[in-house]
Amino acid sequence: MRFYEYESKALFAKHGLPLGTRQVVNSAAEARAAAEAIGGPTVIKGQVLSGGRMKAGAVKFADTPDEAAAEFEAVLPVIVNGESARSILIEEKSPIAHEYFVSVTWDGRRKLPVVLFSDMGGIDIEEVAETHPEHLSRTHFSTILPLSERVAKEAIGAVGVTGSDLNKLVPIVYKLIQLFLEYDLTLAEINPLAKLDDGRFIVLDGHLDMEAEARGDHKALLAELGIGDDETRQARPPTEFEIAGARVNAVDHRGVAGNVVEFDGNLGLIIGAGGGSLTLFDAVRKQGGKPANYCEIGGNPSMSKVKNLTKLILSKPGVDKIAVMMNVVSNTRVDIVARGVIKGCIEAGKDPAEVIAIFRIPGAWEDEGFKILAKHGVEYCDRSVSMYEAAGRACAKMGSN
Amino acid sequence: MSILITAQTTFIVQGITGREAVNLTRENLDYGAKIIGGVTPGRAGRDVYGVPVYDCVRDIVKAHGQPEGAIVSVPPRFTKDAVFEAIENGIKTIVIVTENIPRGQVAQMVELANLRGARIIGPNCLGIISPDEAKMGGVGGPAANTRQAYTKGPIGVMSRSGGMTTEIASTLTAAGLGQSTCVSIGGDAIIGTSYAELMPFFEADDETKAIAIYSEPGGRMEAELAEWVKENNSRLPIVAFMAGRFMDEMKGMRFGHAGTIVEGKEDTTAEKIERMEAAGIAVAERIEEIPGLIRSALSSKGIEV
Repeated sequence: MRFYEYESKALFAKHGLPLGTRQVVNSAAEARAAAEAIGGPTVIKGQVLSGGRMKAGAVKFADTPDEAAAEFEAVLPVIVNGESARSILIEEKSPIAHEYFVSVTWDGRRKLPVVLFSDMGGIDIEEVAETHPEHLSRTHFSTILPLSERVAKEAIGAVGVTGSDLNKLVPIVYKLIQLFLEYDLTLAEINPLAKLDDGRFIVLDGHLDMEAEARGDHKALLAELGIGDDETRQARPPTEFEIAGARVNAVDHRGVAGNVVEFDGNLGLIIGAGGGSLTLFDAVRKQGGKPANYCEIGGNPSMSKVKNLTKLILSKPGVDKIAVMMNVVSNTRVDIVARGVIKGCIEAGKDPAEVIAIFRIPGAWEDEGFKILAKHGVEYCDRSVSMYEAAGRACAKMGSN
Repeated sequence: MSILITAQTTFIVQGITGREAVNLTRENLDYGAKIIGGVTPGRAGRDVYGVPVYDCVRDIVKAHGQPEGAIVSVPPRFTKDAVFEAIENGIKTIVIVTENIPRGQVAQMVELANLRGARIIGPNCLGIISPDEAKMGGVGGPAANTRQAYTKGPIGVMSRSGGMTTEIASTLTAAGLGQSTCVSIGGDAIIGTSYAELMPFFEADDETKAIAIYSEPGGRMEAELAEWVKENNSRLPIVAFMAGRFMDEMKGMRFGHAGTIVEGKEDTTAEKIERMEAAGIAVAERIEEIPGLIRSALSSKGIEV
């Protein structure tokens, strides 16, 4: 889950990282007042989760309070990658001598955290990695051995930074490493980390990402930052349909029937499990099908969960039929899914035989499941029909194959 | 032969009295596993399908000798402690079933395992099966269902998806290709053992003639495998199935597993397919293509299966 810039900076400030004077504002009047208090040139930044806001025009500069108020009005309506600004951050603009980049993240291959440091900050770091690899250092560190500042020093020194700059940078980078570990972050980045004309270093922009699985361990911090439990903070905010899907899954803890993602097609999908869903979604698209949704069922979900998921998907405007498909299941009972889906159809006022394009879930309790499906006249198949073929049969019924 | 587990492998189940653990204990016993004890703190003296329950791993070691493996099936916030306990009590193969463990904790478990010469499979996995010998984990489900999908033979299977491990095994079985060992390696961003780290085991196993893998977007594991294959001149042809191709255009969205997200170009299926094909790994678009691709790769080496 991503943090907005103003939230990241609140956390940086809490841990003593150096920042410019700044304020979150929600009106032009507030922007003018903030600029007056700052008393010099300011930068006005739209608060969005996606990148590329400078290019989109959501970052502007002002020399006077009046200009700041005007730029507030200019930045507020800017949409960045389909996302409108949650609020506006106004911050003092200081004369910059040099820009650095520092980021702490996980290296899944080495299975260790790694500090990336560059003395070419402010620009796209992937570009630096390609064109000036000697200006980007990668320093791995242990998660079980004692941590000390030498990790930061080595990361910074590796690109040739020395003198008082090195000594001023070490505590900043070390604090970022500590933040990364303390809050279960998957990314802690400062870019640019600026050296000002007067020799001070400050964080100009920062980006923090917390591991979704760790949210429960950091409730106090999230409450302090005002981040609600229902904020998924993915690449885009959830739709109403997706929120309803999450509610279906939260009703009881037995298995999964959720992780719903909305698409705009006419074929509802009740698919699983994790890898099976990815496989089946591809198979539907490859054969001309238009999915109305992505979802995952698995881990032996309760019948009522499957039923409610079925009803939710059938209630989506434009959904003509549903396809119920999984890989060969190990711990999910085929009969329970069959019962849940059929009940869901009936409660939604639909004929299961008509609305279920195909049922392909082989595995535990399949004979019992197939009996129930046969009784309701639903087309089903066992493992002798591949996942791809089953998806193809569903697509054919939609007249799209 | 097989890799990682055989019919003789002794192991324990940590968290044995939990609902899922009770099921998998029974399924593993029914499939022939030698489970010598279980752990649930505070439940010493009970038994689960005849397996004695203890408070600590140490107590099992004292009473029954050194177990080789452990299945860890405890809630996420207790997993790190359980894994540390297994490692510090001399257990060398640890299957972590639990999902939703923050990766910082997984990294700690892996670092300690590396220090002590232990191997972690998972987390967020269904474990290991050497067909007709034993299984360690929920892979395949009840013993009867497991026997239907998995048969003994020359193909090694590695999969980032537990369910797809069985789908692939079942497809191979239907085509007359049995499996040496199948490993559900886990769906998280950091896992104990990657494809490339398992390859030397398969390489050293005479029974294994070819490898099938299930892969998906996110991470560098496929790139690592491609490099391993190039550098080690592997005798084993590999066929990969790549799922989640639709995700290439959906940057920043998580689907399927915790580790399945496209952030950079290297996370995309397009890039992974390109790297694997460049290393001579055949990439299937449908699961049912795997047996044919394996047979043709083997027959070009003069091996008929």
